[in-house]
Amino acid sequence: MLDVLLDPMAYGFMQRGLVAALIVGIVCAVMGVFVVLKGLAFIGDAVSHAAFPGLVIAYLTGIPLYVGGAVAAVSTALAIGVVSRRGNLRFDTAVGVLFAGTFALGVLLFSTIRGYVADLFGYLLGNVLGITFEDLLQVGILGSVVLITVLVLRKELLYATFDPDGAAASGLPVKRLEYLLLALLGVTIVVSIQAVGIILVVAMLCTPAATAQLLVTRFDRLVLVAVLIAVVSTVLGLYVSFYINVASGASIVLIETLLFMFALALSPRSGWLSGRLRVGPSSENSRDRAHADRLGGDLVGGLDSGERVGSGVPVARAQVDPGG
Amino acid sequence: MERGSDRERTEVVTAEIAVNLEGVRAGYGDRIALEDVTLSISTGSLLAIIGPNGAGKSTLLKVIANLLSPWAGNVSVLGSPPGTAASRVAYIPQAESVDWHFPVTVAEVVMMGRVPSIGIGRRPGARDRAAVDHALEAVAMDDARGRQIGELSGGQRRRVFLARALAAEPDLYLLDEPVTGVDATTQEDVMDLLEDEAASGKTVIATTHDLACAAHRFQNAVLVNRRIVAVGPAKDLVLDQRLLAETYGGHVLVLPDLTGGTLVLDDAHHDGASDRYARRPMRS
Repeated sequence: MLDVLLDPMAYGFMQRGLVAALIVGIVCAVMGVFVVLKGLAFIGDAVSHAAFPGLVIAYLTGIPLYVGGAVAAVSTALAIGVVSRRGNLRFDTAVGVLFAGTFALGVLLFSTIRGYVADLFGYLLGNVLGITFEDLLQVGILGSVVLITVLVLRKELLYATFDPDGAAASGLPVKRLEYLLLALLGVTIVVSIQAVGIILVVAMLCTPAATAQLLVTRFDRLVLVAVLIAVVSTVLGLYVSFYINVASGASIVLIETLLFMFALALSPRSGWLSGRLRVGPSSENSRDRAHADRLGGDLVGGLDSGERVGSGVPVARAQVDPGG
Repeated sequence: MERGSDRERTEVVTAEIAVNLEGVRAGYGDRIALEDVTLSISTGSLLAIIGPNGAGKSTLLKVIANLLSPWAGNVSVLGSPPGTAASRVAYIPQAESVDWHFPVTVAEVVMMGRVPSIGIGRRPGARDRAAVDHALEAVAMDDARGRQIGELSGGQRRRVFLARALAAEPDLYLLDEPVTGVDATTQEDVMDLLEDEAASGKTVIATTHDLACAAHRFQNAVLVNRRIVAVGPAKDLVLDQRLLAETYGGHVLVLPDLTGGTLVLDDAHHDGASDRYARRPMRS
């Protein structure tokens, strides 16, 4: 049994791959919590595709690939931020236009290259097992920059994400925090592209955080559970990839997706199982029911008490209190 | 004569102005929401902003909160340009604009009130925790500190946001519909707290739909319908049929009351407001 776990680690490419994939998984999970809470999934997808022309241009001009990718990804992320603040178009429309346009540019430039370019194909579909020591160093440094920034600005980012107006009115630089978050997203995506490829990056960002969101309702636990899911999926995915000889990025993403499906089925809040528990015989006990309501009734129960009263209040109160 | 004018001047200086707007025009995109707004709010006021939906009540609050830059005019907040004294301002958004499924607890939301004063990269200290405890006690929510905000009732949610504002220990409260859609007890408690804050020299500015509440619990009121219609003691304005008709454009129903007073029904159904309530989405 131990051999099954240790054998692959005899290979240098597996060691480097595992470390790189773990860093990518953790950074993506942490940033993913913000992506999920702020609804940035589509932007994440757009930014990763926009990195492609940057990579191709870097290849054609001979500068390091990741520099080209990073410049393209971060500038696209910031451009999206600007469009979202002062666009006349619907935001997702603008992102859709930008996203397809930049990727088309990448494909066009890519098609001018004669012959097979392994490096660039690696970026499209990702190949964490092909990662070099220099790549790993790069992933480690950029990943740490993202993690440390998020850690240092944790409470400011949380406030600005939860209630941008309240945060801005009390003096937090909410605009700058939003741009910073987008820039960090760009960096995260460039780092991750090497591991899972342009097309699957969005899954690494969204899936662990989305899964965690089904299971817990506290910010710190959300981050923790997302990271845990990413770590488990990464390790499992790489072993699967090693033993049955399939693409590593896809294996990691598929395991994350499977875990998401499990969470969806078993989630205390929205899961099919908890829905059955609520109407089932166990809820005859009032404590059980209270518990099930608190957990399972979040979507419905949360609205019950206050919101419905709301519709009647302005008129009703005037009637109850005639002139003092 | 000269002595008299001297005294007047002294009085102007002592009656400090918390918020001053001069000829303010503001809006969104190419849609104008406020026009020609000139208004002085003195320190220690408990002021209600009243008007129909779309009258610019929230816009007025956002201009003061520095969330919206006016197209024209001058704004001064706590003696300086808007945003300069932001750490002394607490703003509470409308309940509708908050994502209640957001994974934060009651105590975490209240601690957000302390974030600007804690500073980047620092953890909350004993003073911050004390301020949070004090605020939670003031709104009677200390038992719920560990609960996720989505689990709370509408009244409890308002209490938590008020606690966040209290914890910030601001000099200026800007509250968007603080008593809309809450139970009567919460409404009374919230207004008691705001009254205390105003009495202790803080300035409280709140928008409201509720004319009865405005008349009973607020000192002063501003009637707004894109322009300022009137400013004065809340009770007088709310009972002035001519002013109300001007503000609400005939949408307000004024009934003679059996006891001899006047019963005013704020017609919440104009402007598609009833639609908004009826079709409120499942996710709040």
